Amino acid sequence: MSKIHMRVYRGNSEGGQLKDYDVEVAEGMVVLDAIHNLQATQTSDLACRWNCKAGKCGSCSAEVNGKPRLMCMTRLNEFAEGETITVMPMKTFPIMKDLATDVSWNYEVNKRIPPFTPREGADWHWEQRDADRAQEFRKCIECFLCQDTCHVLREHDKKTSFAGPRFFARIASLEMHPIDGLDRTELLKDQHGIGLCNITRCCTEVCPESIRITDNAIIPMKERVVDKYYDPLRILWNKMTGK
Amino acid sequence: MAIDVRTQKGLGVTLRQDNWWGEPLAIAAGLITFIVYMTWAALTPTGSHGEIWYKWGSYISPAFSPYFSPSWFKWSPAILILWAPAGFRATCYYFRKAYYRAFFQDPPGCAVGEESREYKGESSFPFILQNLHRYFLYLAILLVINHWIDLAWAFTKEGPKDYYFGVGTLVLLVDTILLTFYVGSCHAWRHLVGGKLDCFSTCPINDVRYKIWCRVTKINENHGFWAWASLFSVGFADLYVRLVAMGIWTDIKIF
Amino acid sequence: MSENYQSFEYDVLVIGAGGAGLRAAIEASAAGCKTALVCKSLLGKAHTVMAEGGIAAALATVDSRDSWRQHFSDTLIGGNFGNHWEMAEIHAKQAPDRVRELEKWGAVFDRTTDGKGNINVRHFGGHTYKRLAHVGDRTGLELIRTLQDKGVHSGIDVHMECTIYALLKDGDRIAGAYGYFRETGRPVLFKAKSIIVSTGGIGKLYSVNSNSWECTGDGFALAYLAGAELADMEYVQFHPTGMVWPPSVRGLLITEGVRGEGGVLKNNKGERFMFKYIPPKYQGKYAETEEEANAWFQKVVVEGQKEEGVKERKPPELMSRDVVARALWAEIKAGRGSEHGGVYLDIASRRSAEDIKKKLPSMYHQFKQLADVDITKVPMEVGPTCHYMMGGVKVNPQTQESTVKGLFAAGECSAGMHGSNRLGGNSLSDLVVFGKLAGEHAAAYAKNSSVPKIDESVLDGLNKEMNKPFENQGGEVSYAILADLQTAMEKGAGMYREESLLEGCLKDLASLKERLKKVSAEGNRLFNPGWHVALDLRNMLIVGEALARGAKERKESRGGHTRTDYTSYSKDFAKKRVVIRKKGEEMEVVQEDLPQVPAELEAELIKDGFLRLEVLKQIRGEAPAH
Repeated sequence: MSKIHMRVYRGNSEGGQLKDYDVEVAEGMVVLDAIHNLQATQTSDLACRWNCKAGKCGSCSAEVNGKPRLMCMTRLNEFAEGETITVMPMKTFPIMKDLATDVSWNYEVNKRIPPFTPREGADWHWEQRDADRAQEFRKCIECFLCQDTCHVLREHDKKTSFAGPRFFARIASLEMHPIDGLDRTELLKDQHGIGLCNITRCCTEVCPESIRITDNAIIPMKERVVDKYYDPLRILWNKMTGK
Repeated sequence: MAIDVRTQKGLGVTLRQDNWWGEPLAIAAGLITFIVYMTWAALTPTGSHGEIWYKWGSYISPAFSPYFSPSWFKWSPAILILWAPAGFRATCYYFRKAYYRAFFQDPPGCAVGEESREYKGESSFPFILQNLHRYFLYLAILLVINHWIDLAWAFTKEGPKDYYFGVGTLVLLVDTILLTFYVGSCHAWRHLVGGKLDCFSTCPINDVRYKIWCRVTKINENHGFWAWASLFSVGFADLYVRLVAMGIWTDIKIF
Repeated sequence: MSENYQSFEYDVLVIGAGGAGLRAAIEASAAGCKTALVCKSLLGKAHTVMAEGGIAAALATVDSRDSWRQHFSDTLIGGNFGNHWEMAEIHAKQAPDRVRELEKWGAVFDRTTDGKGNINVRHFGGHTYKRLAHVGDRTGLELIRTLQDKGVHSGIDVHMECTIYALLKDGDRIAGAYGYFRETGRPVLFKAKSIIVSTGGIGKLYSVNSNSWECTGDGFALAYLAGAELADMEYVQFHPTGMVWPPSVRGLLITEGVRGEGGVLKNNKGERFMFKYIPPKYQGKYAETEEEANAWFQKVVVEGQKEEGVKERKPPELMSRDVVARALWAEIKAGRGSEHGGVYLDIASRRSAEDIKKKLPSMYHQFKQLADVDITKVPMEVGPTCHYMMGGVKVNPQTQESTVKGLFAAGECSAGMHGSNRLGGNSLSDLVVFGKLAGEHAAAYAKNSSVPKIDESVLDGLNKEMNKPFENQGGEVSYAILADLQTAMEKGAGMYREESLLEGCLKDLASLKERLKKVSAEGNRLFNPGWHVALDLRNMLIVGEALARGAKERKESRGGHTRTDYTSYSKDFAKKRVVIRKKGEEMEVVQEDLPQVPAELEAELIKDGFLRLEVLKQIRGEAPAH
């Protein structure tokens, strides 16, 4: 057992501040263990979400020393000895209390995405290689760290006109599904504002599931939007062939 | 009461403790160096006495190829060429990230604060033009083909049958390969060769497209690397040809 | 103090939004009922996401010999005939349709490699053939995301981060539920014609467990308090392969898929010990020598040959979980354990690094990130961890209705399907099969019944109970009681049970109950975990007691219930189930007859080779098992 120094944000919708704590820690612990330790021994009303503590549910998203991370997958031995560990709630979403934020906006966005709609008469036999791309995006555990770090939401607060990386990946998983018959490019361009993304890749950098959101979801989706709306030759061709 | 760190805003505001500014700084330095050098090189095809600096023997600087100088055009012929690769790089999905971060601080780093200002991303002019990347790709493909032709010539000296392999040939060879990989790993290319398909297993043509798409995807993972490597190799190839042409450096024949 | 509570009215209320709850809500909503789904966490975070290996269904896409009868028989043998046979039958018959339905709703399962483009299936413990449809090692996530996306477009109201504290009744029928929103602490009343509890398991009762914080046994306790009967509460599954090191991740699950992909169990002498522990019921079905097991591995796993043509038998690492867990324990007890008190699970020497990363990506990352262990290079250390509650609310197998009118249960919360031991992969299929049934019948019930009346005066009493931790000044915090509860359960009602230990456990639980009366919570009702735990503890203590009493009653060893004082199957208990119900303030324990497979069907299964008579006799305690 040794001690570490932590600063944890305490507050609610009216405001708050970082508070200092010394926490007992043991070998192999992660930041979430330290937070649990705090709850059990010093401040039982410290609010924080968590479920599986194994990096599979995406509940314990927070900002550890300024970086959006899952607390359950951030080992304490990553930090230098004597380093203060600062834990903040996600900045992009309104705070509820302490480390818990109101992420309901994400669920609203998801509702606005037309669900999986199989093509009529589709052949349900398809190969692994056709499943690969959709499966990558379906690894998403909805921790919303990509939404948190995306500057379009974080700094420019475009929540009314921009869906965010999580939902571009979700749309990509539907658009690249071999059986799905809907076309969501217009939605992507207008309602979900894919044009606001300037592909600065922070979403990919923070993804705990290592989904290559920018390269494999957003850029391919942008290219599909180009196909339909920005490529003059292609638009002409489509008009001529009546597509 | 102490300041509420959650509500603090502004350029560079962050609780990150690592050197997040290191990367944008290095990128800015790299890009500025290249742009300054390339601008100078493009505008300086010849020395003050008219001596040719852009080619030596069968070596030609990649900035001046294909060499094209109509009589009415009074400026450096490089200008007629360079807009195409410059446009390709400026609209490149990798370089966009690099310069949005390094030059526009939009954002300067992940989870790092920005100046508050109206933001439209790539949804309005001028950045909406980034969507034309594929047209620059078409030009870039033509340029790469041209590079391979130039390279073939770089294996000769006094004519097609005079085989020659010098250090310059090697420089141009590396440059051409890197450029090929850079263009070949382009995101728009990846989309066009197969990414746009929803299902790869419907017909034999899609099968072939899938295989190409897989290859492109593989090298696309390092698109940023190819972007930088080819940027330096172009600059270096120009510099090499130039130094040899200026007589400052002597090309060595390897075999 | 009369609290200002929010109020909603529904036809069907589903408590718990894991696989079973979501599936039930989708079904009820599709039947035209106004349906709500209440979950303790955010939607899509339920413990179902942690299911890794797959969903068992006799799709027969890889091994054409598979059939529902084989699945049914495997389930009964795995459950040591403690199952309610009707549930096992419904499950085996309907699972393939439920899996294909998931695919129609957008689930992207791994595909077969034979060029036919079917859903791929893999091996798992206790299943005769390859039978688990899967998505890498994150099948649960796929299931929950598919149902979630289907659900949000089905017009279901979702109330997230909401805990139900009590079920309300109108006479003998269910009438509603009362609870609070975790975020604001504000009380909420749901009036409902029918209610489905699908709240998952009890893992958090034990200190070493593979479950998330939500698994506090709420549904069992809520149903029990509302007068429903619980059954089979002594059957708790300890999964053989939990992580053991470092301490902060102790208990975290390592998927059975590791063994399915060729991983082997070894003791500290490097010996593959499982060959010594093949019980009579599995004799002749599993490889008896290392050579045979290796030949099977080479042919089936490495070369991907069709098992139909392979004469060697499966390695014994692939036996059911109860058998493997007991073998592990025996090795550890005999001093042949690993450095940190487990045994070794070795895949590094069996598969290439590339294969391991591709087939078991989240296991690779879990060990790399949480334990600094590279499983492509060195073996893992594993030990048993509390994983699953086979028992639960006693339900009608056809309708999933409990003994209280209008109250239904599905998933881990209901009893009977798995008997004394669940086979891997049968839980995900359980969720969708019985989730659907519960939704269907809850909707039918709601449609045929009037709006129940709720006596709002009971709410005052509930408010007082819920508020009590804030009024108790200077008491201890809930976390201390939780820690002691976990220790008491681990010690007194863990993997190995004994009369005196169980009595000690019951005594410990009684004193914890007293302590809980004086528990204090600091702060206010706004998102206050200390307070939440204080309220959850009531449920955990009820479940703990039911479990210990059930275990004390069953004087034999069967599947997940192992007693050191009654080590074998007993004839007296083979056809009984232990039922627990509330009688006044006391917990009543009774034995009931467990419905048996009809003689005709049994004879047919024996004739066709799905069951063996001598095995049946052993399991029924009619012939010696050793």
